Amino acid sequence: MVQPEYLLLIVGMGLVTYLPRWVPLFLLSRRELPAWFVEWLDLIPAAILSALLLPELVTTGVPRHMALWQPELLAAVPTFIFALKTRSLGGTVVVGMLLFWLTGKVL
Amino acid sequence: MTIASKTSNYNIKNAIHQGLGAAWPICLGYVPIGLAFGVLAQKAGMNPLEIALMSILVFAGSSQFIAVSMLSAGASAAAIILTTFAVNLRHLLMSSSLAVFVTKATRKKIALFAYGVTDESFAVNHARFSKNTWDLDRALVVNHAANITWIASTIIGGFSGRFIPAGAFGIDYALIAMFICLLIFQLKGRLYVITAVIAGALAVALSLVIPGNSYIVIASMLAATLGLGIRKWVSVHP
Repeated sequence: MVQPEYLLLIVGMGLVTYLPRWVPLFLLSRRELPAWFVEWLDLIPAAILSALLLPELVTTGVPRHMALWQPELLAAVPTFIFALKTRSLGGTVVVGMLLFWLTGKVL
Repeated sequence: MTIASKTSNYNIKNAIHQGLGAAWPICLGYVPIGLAFGVLAQKAGMNPLEIALMSILVFAGSSQFIAVSMLSAGASAAAIILTTFAVNLRHLLMSSSLAVFVTKATRKKIALFAYGVTDESFAVNHARFSKNTWDLDRALVVNHAANITWIASTIIGGFSGRFIPAGAFGIDYALIAMFICLLIFQLKGRLYVITAVIAGALAVALSLVIPGNSYIVIASMLAATLGLGIRKWVSVHP
């Protein structure tokens, strides 16, 4: 059984999660966008991936503080080089996991 | 069977095959996170059915974790829903940047596609869309493969606790490694590198001073705007 207060919470969370996912796709896919906006959107993935990734590599804890000597960053350097050389997504995932696992053993 | 329906069967098989080929790193990364979420949610008082419902209706890892920790701390539903909204605002940017690739799609398909936009599916699909090797059907396969993996792992976690011990085989690093490679795919020229460096530096600095994850949206928008400014400036001052 689903408790009623959880049902309300889950449906509310579902709505506020779905709307930001759907509204831009619905509105922007139907019209001609100005060139500067398309250029801006073209830069967003590089920016957002970097903004997601880098804090995970060089900070830790709550509240966050800098931590350079941690397996996340130490494994990231060779993983980055591997990805740059091979451009293989699957290979990078496997090599990254292995490097992270080994770094955790050594540290 | 007519020739047309043979072709369409072939196309569907092809889409599923290629979609799964693109989705498996996401699925691999979701398993430990999903299991961990199930365990925490169960400890916070949710049963497997409620966990399943949340994973189906919300399908957003970070906000589900935050919701469960707020539940354990006794927060109100309104506070949790508001926090979820704030945490997921970054999807506005991702859906905006995917919109340019689905201009010919039907509203129904777009509504279904929107459901599956996550950090991970966005990055995988965007990389392929921008190489012109992708279509909405393949993107939907990616989204739903990730979705099914997420739902299943959270339910299993809710039933049974951890099957996989913490940190086994470095599986906790699967998504970080995937993001490293996807970031490299996005570095299509000098301006993209500059934008990424600015975004990363801003994100680190902001993540140290503001609580929550709003640093992702702020840093990305600032960096893309600065990147555009740099492009304009360079074109005026060659």
